[in-house]
Amino acid sequence: MFVVVPFGLLFGVVALDAGLTLTQTMGMTMLVIAGAAQFTALQMMVDNAGLWLIIAAALAVNLRMAMYSAALVPHLGKAPLWQRALIAYMNFDQTYAVASMAYEQNPDWPVERKVTFFFGVATPIVPTWIAATLVGALIGKAIPTDLGIDFILPITFIALVGPMLKTMPQMIAASVSAGVGLLLAGLPSGMGLLIAAACAMVVGAYVEIWQEKRSATWL
Amino acid sequence: MAVDSVLIWTVIGILAVGTFLIRFSFLGLIGDRPLPPIVVRLLRFTPVAVIPALVSPQVIWPSATDGQTDPIRLLAALTTLIVGMMTRKVLPAIVAGSAVLIIGLQLTAAG
Repeated sequence: MFVVVPFGLLFGVVALDAGLTLTQTMGMTMLVIAGAAQFTALQMMVDNAGLWLIIAAALAVNLRMAMYSAALVPHLGKAPLWQRALIAYMNFDQTYAVASMAYEQNPDWPVERKVTFFFGVATPIVPTWIAATLVGALIGKAIPTDLGIDFILPITFIALVGPMLKTMPQMIAASVSAGVGLLLAGLPSGMGLLIAAACAMVVGAYVEIWQEKRSATWL
Repeated sequence: MAVDSVLIWTVIGILAVGTFLIRFSFLGLIGDRPLPPIVVRLLRFTPVAVIPALVSPQVIWPSATDGQTDPIRLLAALTTLIVGMMTRKVLPAIVAGSAVLIIGLQLTAAG
């Protein structure tokens, strides 16, 4: 859960550096609460992109969360609306990754248990994220950038995915995702990511179905 | 550099609402209606389908090196992946990857 610390620190540092005030930085981090999209928006503001281009790029980076939202429906769809709204607000990469991993390992948990687990995961992460941003913004340029703090985020994401690669279809899906993501890296931010994810999901599901059919004929 | 304050707050406001709507989309609209099996199967692949594409360009062309492929960051990423797959645990993978990163960067800075 403390993986959000370096990322929050970094956002604080970078946001102030880009010309945002402390209030704007904290407002963004608390209301948007989506690191990758916040960085995207910052980058495009610094590049003097127009309002709608900034919004489109940052929301495209966030579109993957529609998939997270959909993926949580089988587990949390029966929860009361206010709980689902609160979960939606805190449904970002880290909470989703941890929660979906737990739900996959414990499919028979009742919905109340699954909701409690999600809040349990999110409750320490959200204030930590906000506090880390604040500290980052306050200490600003005192952080040496040559420590490689920039790369803690990729390391975090890789560390989250690694343990999920248990079956051949999952490994193939991850490889397709990484490969197509690289091929389309030149596209506007977020676009290549969405295409790569869609390809990887289809290929993964197809390989899984093919595997099941093959083992069925062998029986 | 100064970024226009009205623009910033407009971006923050629209981004906050848009992001919430994206996150709330299926959870809010569909509720407890069951999803078709093929959709569920596809969605189970979302984490392994989205996250690699999110990080692979950063691994190969890190922004901190202005897009120059960096052997240390590459090695750190590979270490994280291998440790994560072998231990099936997130934290040891982060620790191992960060250790390679920090030690590697310190060594090259010293050398």
